Amino acid sequence: MNSLTFNINLFAALQQMFQYQFMQHAFEAGTLVAIIAGIVGYFVVLRRSSFAAHALSHIGFAGAAGAVLFGISPVYGLLLFTTVGGSMMAALSPRAAHRDVHIGTVLAFMLGIGVLFISLYTGYATEAYSILFGEILGISNSDVLLTLVAALIIISIIAVVYRPLLFASLDEDVAEAKGMPTFLLGIIFMILVAVATSIAVQVVGVLLIFSLMVTPAAIAQQLAKRPHHVVIISVAIALMATWLGLFTAFYEPYPVSFFITSIVFVLYLLVRFVYRRIRPLKVSQASFQNAA
Amino acid sequence: MTITQRQIIPSPVQPKVITAEKLIAGYEDNIVWRDANFTIDRGEFVAVIGPNGAGKTTLFRLLLGLQRPAGGTIKLFDSEPKRGNPDIGYVPQRHLIDSETNVESLELVHLAFCGHRWGFHLSAKTGRKAALVALEAVGATELAHQSLNALSGGELQRIFLAEALVSNPSLLLLDEPLANLDIRRENDLLQLVNNVVRSRSVTALLIAHNINPLLSFLDKVIYIANGKVATGRPKEVLTSEVLSALYGVHIEVLHDSRGNIAIVGIEEHHGDE
Repeated sequence: MNSLTFNINLFAALQQMFQYQFMQHAFEAGTLVAIIAGIVGYFVVLRRSSFAAHALSHIGFAGAAGAVLFGISPVYGLLLFTTVGGSMMAALSPRAAHRDVHIGTVLAFMLGIGVLFISLYTGYATEAYSILFGEILGISNSDVLLTLVAALIIISIIAVVYRPLLFASLDEDVAEAKGMPTFLLGIIFMILVAVATSIAVQVVGVLLIFSLMVTPAAIAQQLAKRPHHVVIISVAIALMATWLGLFTAFYEPYPVSFFITSIVFVLYLLVRFVYRRIRPLKVSQASFQNAA
Repeated sequence: MTITQRQIIPSPVQPKVITAEKLIAGYEDNIVWRDANFTIDRGEFVAVIGPNGAGKTTLFRLLLGLQRPAGGTIKLFDSEPKRGNPDIGYVPQRHLIDSETNVESLELVHLAFCGHRWGFHLSAKTGRKAALVALEAVGATELAHQSLNALSGGELQRIFLAEALVSNPSLLLLDEPLANLDIRRENDLLQLVNNVVRSRSVTALLIAHNINPLLSFLDKVIYIANGKVATGRPKEVLTSEVLSALYGVHIEVLHDSRGNIAIVGIEEHHGDE
């Protein structure tokens, strides 16, 4: 992005940027990933499964490295490993989110396998680097297509399971007593996370998955109390960070994922420490209790 | 199911809400209690008391169809309990909502109304209305837009009660709703449950450690201890003679000047926690 200079005319700047096909692909894939990560991320935060999501991306790393070794696109390896790994996590312990030690043990092992695959691979070390930290500027046409298909699948599944999954995430015991399939919902949730993780790795990489899958939803949860509002804000934050990150990286010679993680982190700090202080005070609880 | 309707239609023969005959709870290799025989009628307020680990929650699990009896029979409205019975409103035992869960009360109650339905629903008017009615019934209208993580223990229990009531059940199962409440909130909540029971002719089973705050409201007590179950009107069951005969050891039921009781000889401390 080197010798290009920023054009103050935003329209001209965008026009200049979209002359490059890799920028087009990056924006297309980045947009899809941000939408998906923003939605799935809310459920990850609500179910307190962020460690499981983090672990899934590491399991995916082994898959991606394996795929590279066999000369196929890393995203297929990611999809295979995360889907199998996610379903197993959900099946083995219905409340997998709390089994930190087991998940940690498995994720370290999977990362080890990934390292083995990478060392067996005789090509360039940049492959490993791009899996770990994302390489959105290297996305091909077929990658975009695959991302689109994955995104459509995730959105249609969520459209069907939205309310049951929300209720089971909020109040699992009551959901179970009401005869809802909480076990099945747990597996569906992990598969959603698996697919979302696999496509998000293209943008931010295995190690930085939190920045799109968890942080935007965590920020949004501070700003709204109604689930669909939180989801919309979460998607908006993920989108803004991705677009702004891509835009900046076009002009500055630093990685896109660095910009995305930084933008999200600054927002997190702002909401966490500034917004909490300035937001309107709640209705006094004491007065209500006395009245009752 | 409509929320506003379902009036009480008095019928000559009221079916029993719960009938237990020679009921054995637990699993074959691990019996929790046995030989329970009791009936619960419509509109009764029943306390389930007993020491920790005696199998009070197990009774709820049997009624919810989450567990099968190890022997004997249990009938709910003349049929076997099955999972997902919309006639039951259940408040499980739980301590706190995660402090990060920033979801407003109305949404939780609303989801308890429609959360089992698949697919999307753009107009959520009926559900929201039902949720507001349930919140009003527990005197928590003002809490509708408050976040769950900002509520006190007593307020949370009201919301959970609204969550259980929103589907208009005829049986309420409340597992330790008084835990973590101070005496005043304890009494407020019991008044509230009592009002619901009397005004809607709902049957309520409430698990508690200490029977004393409940005594003035109760129709029946189910006393579970040492693998056995005693049921009846509190004054009839909670006597030294009845309990001693049931358990085969000397048990004394003590009364103080304010009418509080303490059961001595079966396990210490459960009378006054």
